Amino acid sequence: MNNWDWSAVSDFMPAFLDGLLVTLQVLVLGSLLSFTLGLLWAVGYRGPRWVRWPVNIVTEFIRNTPLLVQLFFFYFVLPEWGVQASALTTGTLAIGLHYSTYTAQVYRAGIDAVPAGQWEAATALSLPVSRTWFAVILPQAIRRIVPALGNYVISMLKDTPLLMAIGVLEMLQQARLASAQSFQYAEPLTVVGVAFILIAYPASLLMRALERRLVR
Amino acid sequence: MTAGLWTNWILPGIWITIQLTVYSAALAAVVAFGIGIARTHHSRVVRFLAGFYTEVFRGTSALVLMFWLFFVMPGLFGWALVPMWAAVLALGLSYGAYGAEVVRGALNSVAPAQREAGVALSFTPWQRMRLILLPQAVPEMIPPFNNLLIELLKGTALVSLLGVADTSFSAYLVRLATQESVEIYSVTLVIYFVIAFVLTRGMRALERKTKAGVGITAAAGGTR
Repeated sequence: MNNWDWSAVSDFMPAFLDGLLVTLQVLVLGSLLSFTLGLLWAVGYRGPRWVRWPVNIVTEFIRNTPLLVQLFFFYFVLPEWGVQASALTTGTLAIGLHYSTYTAQVYRAGIDAVPAGQWEAATALSLPVSRTWFAVILPQAIRRIVPALGNYVISMLKDTPLLMAIGVLEMLQQARLASAQSFQYAEPLTVVGVAFILIAYPASLLMRALERRLVR
Repeated sequence: MTAGLWTNWILPGIWITIQLTVYSAALAAVVAFGIGIARTHHSRVVRFLAGFYTEVFRGTSALVLMFWLFFVMPGLFGWALVPMWAAVLALGLSYGAYGAEVVRGALNSVAPAQREAGVALSFTPWQRMRLILLPQAVPEMIPPFNNLLIELLKGTALVSLLGVADTSFSAYLVRLATQESVEIYSVTLVIYFVIAFVLTRGMRALERKTKAGVGITAAAGGTR
């Protein structure tokens, strides 16, 4: 550890903060997208056979293939389909879509945990489908899945560096640019690694506490 | 795509992906059992160190860890790793940390009376672990290990960013050569999906086998 240089750490700070902002932006928008899409998939799992089948196949496929390849797929294919999107938008879409297949599983488990009597009560009251979902089932399901959703947000945080592959200026890409300029590799990369631990560890403690409180 | 692209790039790429998966899964299994068993140790210090390991390696991004091992280690310690082994090390160490949690959870789910029976028969701690606890815990571990194995397989795609010529890297080269993005990236996604499917099937067979080995197929739906 003889050639650690603290001034390289402070030189990297402005770029690091820019990268952190981009990472957080991807994280927030990607989470919102994955929560919304995941809910749609989860409702689809309970739909009629002609909905359930394709939804199952598509989500299984997305879940079992690498995010990195999906990123490249969208990055190169969207323009061919005539969609002009920035790397940041493409990356956020890809990561949100990828994680929606995980949140869908979480929603599914939460929905399955709602007692059957609640469905029957909604039917007995002849509530329309939308009210059954939004007034009866989801309020009960979502409360207990908040911690599990949070855990996937943490996983998503740890996958945001992949967006560097398509040139998004998140933390890792900033570290790479900084080391390419200064030839000091150790400091920027270590700062980024430590930043992940400093965000992810308290967040996972929070999720564990929430889990104790909400899930029983 | 022409046959030459397949035999020169894609097939060797698939082979590299399979090798990476096997090597890093082996390392991850060693780490998972080592750290997971250490987390159930009676000494507080051992438990703390094992817990520290899990939190650090689960806390950071696998890609950042991979870059760190590849770019930082040579400068700080004077060791340089071939990209392939930096990748195996990064994947094995980080997925091993996730696996350690699986091992710990499964060991904790073995009924306490089983451990006490081992004490009553004056088994050594190691005999208890090897003859009583692990045989009952291992079948419980297999479904979550299957999920981790799929995550690891998908994680191997990251090595293409270090320039290792795996399936994803070959896809990139083929795209450069043919300019046909839709075709090559669709094929690549299908390749990963097929490998994942085969792994899942294998793990299911393994689960049936280990469960039958300790005769808990019937008890699985019971009290535990």
